[in-house]
Amino acid sequence: MSDISQAQPTYNYKVVRQFTVMTIVWGIIGMGLGVFIAAQLFAPALNFDLPWLTFSRLRPLHTNAVIFAFGGSALFATSYYVVQRTSQVRLFSDKLAAFTFWGWQAVIVAAIITLPLGMTSSKEYAELEWPIDILIALVWIAYCINFFGTIVIRKVSHIYVANWFYGAFILTVMILHIGNSMAIPVSFTKSYSLYAGAVDAMMQWWYGHNAVGFFLTAGFLGMMYYFVPKQAGRPVYSYRLSIVHFWALISLYIWAGPHHLHYTALPDWTQSLGMVMSIILFVPSWGGMINGIMTLSGAWHKLRTDPVLRFLVVSLTFYGMSTFEGPMMAIKTVNALSHYTDWTIGHVHSGALGWVAMISIGSVYHLIPHLFGQRAMYSTRLVNVHFWLATIGVVLYIVAMWFSGVLQGLMWRAVNADGTLTYSFVESLEASKPYYVVRFIGGCFVVAGMLVMAYNAYRTIKAPKGSIAADPATQPA
Amino acid sequence: MDQGLIGTIFTIVVFVCFAGVVWWAFSGRNKKKFDDAANLPFADEDKERIKKDKRES
Repeated sequence: MSDISQAQPTYNYKVVRQFTVMTIVWGIIGMGLGVFIAAQLFAPALNFDLPWLTFSRLRPLHTNAVIFAFGGSALFATSYYVVQRTSQVRLFSDKLAAFTFWGWQAVIVAAIITLPLGMTSSKEYAELEWPIDILIALVWIAYCINFFGTIVIRKVSHIYVANWFYGAFILTVMILHIGNSMAIPVSFTKSYSLYAGAVDAMMQWWYGHNAVGFFLTAGFLGMMYYFVPKQAGRPVYSYRLSIVHFWALISLYIWAGPHHLHYTALPDWTQSLGMVMSIILFVPSWGGMINGIMTLSGAWHKLRTDPVLRFLVVSLTFYGMSTFEGPMMAIKTVNALSHYTDWTIGHVHSGALGWVAMISIGSVYHLIPHLFGQRAMYSTRLVNVHFWLATIGVVLYIVAMWFSGVLQGLMWRAVNADGTLTYSFVESLEASKPYYVVRFIGGCFVVAGMLVMAYNAYRTIKAPKGSIAADPATQPA
Repeated sequence: MDQGLIGTIFTIVVFVCFAGVVWWAFSGRNKKKFDDAANLPFADEDKERIKKDKRES
């Protein structure tokens, strides 16, 4: 274990360890909540007639917990790790790092308390009320200073491409959050948006889609550009492509928001612009995906033995799939069928469970032995078990939602010869019910995988330092 | 200036910028620099290994 632990005093691994452990904890809680509300959709009695347990209040808690608590902790952990190791310098400030950790955990605890109580600004993915929004802004500014401060004091001349992606994610999320959360408080727990009508809708989806584009994409692409080459033991397929990938992706994503508002009061030209930009976005997305997957060229055999690498590569496959599906769904005529149906939910989860969660899980499996002075995870076999649980779970989930979504879309638009609707809403709901059960089963697979991960991580962390022998399967060449 | 003209100018500016990025990324002059950068994830490992070798010898 020598060459790992000797470097530790120079780097701040404490904050990375904290965020890594919390990634797993919030992952289980957030995904567990998702499974619970998925069960409510076919067994509504599960809200026990308590207002705090209704779908309407727990759904925003689920999204906040998985995106910002699980995904956010994974991004904090990996960005702090990658920026230190590729800049070959300790974090700019340990105090700011500690503030970002405790501040971020406080935000999540505040969300767990306020959302079930029904305190919400009702903006999707930005439901938290204004005092919490201010805390988020403070934590994020501290994160920004700490990350870019570390880059300023770096010991190498070049800024590695992963840091470009992390930097774009941190900077843009700060602007998006502050811009969209502008509100007039009327009491300590209630505020109203500064924007009104169609402008408010546009601001909301400028924020909402770029939360997808920068939080859930750029940040995790930063992860990809470090952990895929590292685990495969070879540099990225084309560094030059990664530069073009970066500039093309960040300059296009910001325009795609209006596709969430097709056929609404938003001006027609804005909808069309959003549609065109979303379609073009396909190109840099696939450029990045190909760059990640082709990094394995000449090392494909490692996929057979290394489940960590399998997580990373399968996440890229799901990324490619959902970035093909997304532009297609942004086309207005396709959107006319898919919008407001379960197809959207399926699309989001192929991105969130397939891409975001799998690349985070792969990265965490790579990180834990490095952070806790071991050569490998406690059990490589259990990593493999987790891989299959996650993959089966995601596939069950998205296939069920495709069926349910297309069925809903077709039933809602069906009209009789006299112009009346063929089906009532309740009839479409009954048609969806079996797929909701399948979705619930898929979710159970995913959460079971996370529990296996938690056990494996616990055993790795608790084992005496250096006691776990290197597994030849997972060693980068 | 009407909206159409502004849109046209903006499209051309963005296109030129993109062409500039591609030219910069793929010009032969920068090849070595980018090859070095691509190896950054492995660079600090080498340093650790060198340190360790020195101590052992």
